[in-house]
Amino acid sequence: MTAGLKQCFARIVLGLSVSLPLAQGAEAMQALNAIGKGEGTLNVVAWEGYAQDDWVKPFEAATGCAVHAKYAGSSDEMVALMRSGGGDQYDVVSASGDATLRLIYGHNVQPINIALIPQWKNFIPQLQAPDFNTVKGVHYGVSYEWGPNTLLYNTKTFPSAPTSWSVIYDPKYAGQVTVPDNPIQIADAALYLSKTQPALGITDPYELNQTQMNAVVALLQGQAKLIKKYWALASDEIQLFTSGDAVVGAAWPYQTNTLQAAKVPVADTIPAEGATGWADTWMISAKAPHPNCAYAWINWVTTPKVQAEQAIYFGETPANTLACKEMDAEQPGACAQYHGDASAAYFNQIKFWKTPRTQCGNGKDDCLDYAAWQRAWQTIKG
Amino acid sequence: MTKRTWRGSLFAFGWRHEGAANAALLGLPAIWFLTLYLAAIGALLITAFWQVDDMSGDLIPGFSFSNFAELLSDPIYRTIAIRTIFIASVVTLTDAVLAWPFAYAMVRLSGPRLRAVLMALVLVPLWSSYLARVYAWRLILAHDGVLNWTLSAAGLPDLHIGYSNWAMWIVFSYLWLPFMILPVAAALERIPPSLLEASADLGERGMATFRRVILPMALPGMVAGAIFTFSLTLGDFVTPMLVGGVGSDFIGNVVYANVGVTNNIPFAAAYATLPLGVMAVFLLLARKLGAFDAL
Repeated sequence: MTAGLKQCFARIVLGLSVSLPLAQGAEAMQALNAIGKGEGTLNVVAWEGYAQDDWVKPFEAATGCAVHAKYAGSSDEMVALMRSGGGDQYDVVSASGDATLRLIYGHNVQPINIALIPQWKNFIPQLQAPDFNTVKGVHYGVSYEWGPNTLLYNTKTFPSAPTSWSVIYDPKYAGQVTVPDNPIQIADAALYLSKTQPALGITDPYELNQTQMNAVVALLQGQAKLIKKYWALASDEIQLFTSGDAVVGAAWPYQTNTLQAAKVPVADTIPAEGATGWADTWMISAKAPHPNCAYAWINWVTTPKVQAEQAIYFGETPANTLACKEMDAEQPGACAQYHGDASAAYFNQIKFWKTPRTQCGNGKDDCLDYAAWQRAWQTIKG
Repeated sequence: MTKRTWRGSLFAFGWRHEGAANAALLGLPAIWFLTLYLAAIGALLITAFWQVDDMSGDLIPGFSFSNFAELLSDPIYRTIAIRTIFIASVVTLTDAVLAWPFAYAMVRLSGPRLRAVLMALVLVPLWSSYLARVYAWRLILAHDGVLNWTLSAAGLPDLHIGYSNWAMWIVFSYLWLPFMILPVAAALERIPPSLLEASADLGERGMATFRRVILPMALPGMVAGAIFTFSLTLGDFVTPMLVGGVGSDFIGNVVYANVGVTNNIPFAAAYATLPLGVMAVFLLLARKLGAFDAL
């Protein structure tokens, strides 16, 4: 009884103060053997635009799983949500490559029985078992869609597309620039510096030592004076461009599509320095209360039809190679427009988000980890 | 019949044992206060000394000052703390000045009907959502908003104060003004008219009466209002997020980012102890000035 009381008290204290990801140790959890009957509900953590009625409603009708979606504005927020309340609040998450490893090592997600995902064999080879969602041969997620972070600009200010990311560091546009309020934005500046200041020796924008980080922070502190607002949600940036408060900034294709649909004079481009990007993975919470609905959802969104709908809605590229035909059927030319037929060269040209760690890829251990990135970001935005 | 006897004897017990009756009345709120409020603050103070594993996000209990060391070593957290306290103070002063004419007119110059209307004007904004009001200001202050539209119609140059500390100052002052008007009005109401007449009889002019009679007697009301305006601003993070720009983060934003976004709860807890200390000092000062008698 006293032990029970003590435990109870400890849980109250912890529950009040923290959203504790109850450590489950490293023992490997068993993946599901077969998909059973749906539980009637599915709680989803997703990027804005990832749980649209176009494919959610038919899913609900087909499986009886009612979808409750919670949108997150950053990878950090997704990780925090999946860890909140002991980790049993949400079933699935559309995690990007800079969140997946944190969720895997944090024991927040469960192994996936890939045999239960029939569409998986149609994925492009790079996304069948990428190192950001498959560890030691165990799948912890199923790849979804991918794309580049783009340069969004007002076509009245820029009659022709800017060819360099330098415009978002250019004092000429002081007070009219917007970039995401997100530490991973440091990688965008690092990528730019890797091309414009080769002497720094930046080879991977996610692997920065202190000297390189200092140069990046200096660039971004200069940029802070030009920023109208750091956007937290995609809808913030949409409002900034709609009202004319911002004329140039870093964005996702989703904002471009939404703004263009609203007849705001904007366009986007990938400048010469290249781009960072995301490759998203659907993962299932280690304590998912509705695992059968979770598998049903992953199977639903990896079908060529939903892959195509998602790709066109958000402006990104599907993992499923069979989606190309569906994209063209829905909107002629869409497959080529959104790189549905992308070559490996195009894929490799994008520097996909990943979690910065102290271990640099070159065998050295002097890189800055994500906590250092967060501190640097707070210093930058003041 | 039995039920009645039972109730009757309970009342009788309460009548004879006043202490027991009070304890029964206060018991539930007291338990609520102790467990939910004090336990939460206790947990906050304890976690401030913990650490977090960066990759897995697991909490590492223990006792270490490293969170506090990090807060002190990086000048950005000092800047943010000073910014938060400064804006909270400026908002409090602004509201104190703005509340005066309104409260005075409401209490001293209006008839009962006008007074009811003025009171309603103060209270009605509180019935609408905080978020709706902040978003409304965001639209007013935006580049192509009502403010610049009015300015250009009047032939004046545009003001670029959307998404800035100026915008935060305006929005906070607007949001918390009712919390200053109400205690100031209550304090003014309590000044007996005979004192004002006595002051006039002794030959004091309006301004001197205000300075030497009305202002000192209304001061506790102002300080009571200041507790609200100051603490509400100090703890806010939504307004900085929505109408703030670059360099507009508050202590609350850092706490929010560390809890909700980066999952570094110990660090957030360490930073959150600062506003607790600031409010403790503020409340001690307020008590000295008699604010609690005016509430």
